[in-house]
Amino acid sequence: MLATGPLTLVQDRGRPGLAHLGVPRAGALDPPAAALANRLVGNRADDAVLEVVLGGLEVRAEEPCWVAVTGAPAPVHVDGVARGHHRAEWLAAGSTLRLGRPRTGVRTYLAVAGGIAVAPVLGSRSTDTLAWVGPPRVTAGTALPVGRPRTQPRPLDHPPVHRPGPLRVVPGPRADWFAADALAVLCGSPYAVEADSNRVGLRLDGSAPVRTREAELPSEGMVLGAVQVPPSGRPVVFLADHPPTGGYPVVAVVHPDDLWRCAQLRPGEQVRFTPAPPRPPARGAARR
Amino acid sequence: MPVQLRPFGPTAVLAEVGGPAAALALATWARASGVAAVEIVPAAETVLFDGVDDVATLAATLESWSPTDPVPPGDLVELPVTYDGPDLEFVAEAWRTDVAGVVRRHGEVEYVASFCGFAPGFAYLAGLPAELAVPRLASPRAQVPAGSVGLAGVWCGVYPSASPGGWRLIGRTDARLWDPAGDPPALLAPGTRVRFRDASSLGSSTPGFGAS
Repeated sequence: MLATGPLTLVQDRGRPGLAHLGVPRAGALDPPAAALANRLVGNRADDAVLEVVLGGLEVRAEEPCWVAVTGAPAPVHVDGVARGHHRAEWLAAGSTLRLGRPRTGVRTYLAVAGGIAVAPVLGSRSTDTLAWVGPPRVTAGTALPVGRPRTQPRPLDHPPVHRPGPLRVVPGPRADWFAADALAVLCGSPYAVEADSNRVGLRLDGSAPVRTREAELPSEGMVLGAVQVPPSGRPVVFLADHPPTGGYPVVAVVHPDDLWRCAQLRPGEQVRFTPAPPRPPARGAARR
Repeated sequence: MPVQLRPFGPTAVLAEVGGPAAALALATWARASGVAAVEIVPAAETVLFDGVDDVATLAATLESWSPTDPVPPGDLVELPVTYDGPDLEFVAEAWRTDVAGVVRRHGEVEYVASFCGFAPGFAYLAGLPAELAVPRLASPRAQVPAGSVGLAGVWCGVYPSASPGGWRLIGRTDARLWDPAGDPPALLAPGTRVRFRDASSLGSSTPGFGAS
């Protein structure tokens, strides 16, 4: 690692199943982008990649390897020559890959054939930024081990079409702690992304759903995508490093398929919520 | 019905049971009976079941649970405590006793880890009677050392790592409460029974991780 930009982390699909011990799930914040990067270089979906916030990464390949870059469109240069996103690129031994600042989005993913092979902690190589379970953040000067490639790169894969869109929500478990129009308020006007948004939560400024029950909520388990409304009235969408329990009522829950958008929203950008259409019963079962 | 279910997004359900003992009982029962959920998270009055493929089937399963179903007792962990916390005098006054009285009262209770939260391995230990409840600090300390034993309301807790905290600190333990390489990584997983022992009246053995 020659340079890491504002924040570079190792992420895989996280460590679910430990919330009852107080351990956040962690994992890549834009799972489709991380999965695509892995597929392009012939990795398994749960191999570890680098999650790079706003570019600035500079790495030298000690050994020749295939890599792939996905997510926020940070310009890619290898030894000064422009390379592309969404395709396997060959790094010769000793060559240097640089990620510039992306024009849009926040998080760029770099997969290496064989996966980043730092020692797993509790079954995962993901860094959790709430409690700092997992490997430390990546810093300049460190050498990251790479696993043995499993297969050849897969050149015919391609990114899903990412359309800008709203976050689909269903009512949350404490929707009844709010006025009857709370979901309509949430979906009625755009919210601005606040600068203190991070892997724990997407913090939003906009119309506050009106709370009608003032009692203190005893802490309860939280899910990915939970939309908590603290006393400030500013909603927080819980992301991968969210605390396993929380004490503010959850007015709505963002559909899991829309959470990747939260990983790519910049402070100051606007986002809308929209009511999720009723789920056809067969589809949820078939998707697993 | 002893359980009220609240849907929590497409793959989770929140079971409301009314209190920590019932929440722990339901979570323990669900884990033992192999309920199909990635996460089973007991809390103060609820159990979250997350990562559930078939919420309707889970709901039907939970209906067969009764709060009176027996729960196997958890492992017993003994923690030696050096009672020298900065809030010891405050707690003594609140409990209308002296420091020796706090040490005695705190040590004669068998606690049970109801649920974890706040930090990896931080367990909310139930067992203190309601009349011994103490308020939290008005403003939290910026840094509470790892191993600090504290009280908040009727809860007792031990800080697994250094962090900010607003609990009333009565002492400290050398026991290792959180070890990512351990199995399980948390010494006080939900259901674990806990006894505190006055270290000044004991030898120097330290239970927990690393004990042979």
